[in-house]
Amino acid sequence: MRFAYVGVLAFILVGTLWLEVLLRTRVFRRWLRLVLSLVPVAVIFCLWDLYAIASGHWNFDVARITGIYLPGNLPIDEVLFFLVVPLAGILALEGVRSAKRGRAGWEAGDEANSEGDAP
Amino acid sequence: MTYTALALLGCVIVVALDLWVFRTRLVTRKVFWTAYAIIVFFQLLTNGVLTGLRIVRYNGDAIIGSSTPGTFGNATDAPPPFFGDGRIAFAPVEDLFFGFALVTLTLVLWIWLGRRGVQREPRSGPPLFPRRHRPSR
Repeated sequence: MRFAYVGVLAFILVGTLWLEVLLRTRVFRRWLRLVLSLVPVAVIFCLWDLYAIASGHWNFDVARITGIYLPGNLPIDEVLFFLVVPLAGILALEGVRSAKRGRAGWEAGDEANSEGDAP
Repeated sequence: MTYTALALLGCVIVVALDLWVFRTRLVTRKVFWTAYAIIVFFQLLTNGVLTGLRIVRYNGDAIIGSSTPGTFGNATDAPPPFFGDGRIAFAPVEDLFFGFALVTLTLVLWIWLGRRGVQREPRSGPPLFPRRHRPSR
């Protein structure tokens, strides 16, 4: 049961990684943009998590997490959560964009000709 | 601060970043809310497992509802309510706000970077098996 938490994370990965292949979301091809999006968010939410753990807002069933911790009693499972879930979010957004590609009204704001573009 | 207050504050900050700091205006876009509807469905499912099986347990002092049973002074031993007592699909409602802040902040940065020219290309799609185009509609 040590892997119950990371099992849920594996499910999220399996549920979204196929979008990269079948919908050609090309998120991993844009790896630098991906890393620059994921890392600051993971840092912020790890800090929130550290505060919440220290304040006793929540805790974890030690029998069902890996047992690997970062300083501050932060389970590595949580750190992975803050990387996997945002990645799944980006794949979901780009998946919708793939399906709606070329249709008016589905712009996300980073198109080459989008209004309010580069300063 | 309680989890309730922090989660709401997190959402306010992220929406402010989206509208006025990064100016990505995702919360005004159909593509964002369509993706978010899919995301929140799977959040309810996966977070329901994490909270319903009590892998993650919450302190009643920090949330609207009571402590997760068996933890933080709640002596009963049963799964948390599926719906009610401040919970939706076993998870505290606060988690919906937490999740919104987490995912939306990521998408704001992702779109902002693309807009700044950081790997704007290659664009997403077309699907490997595109649906046949239906003319005149």
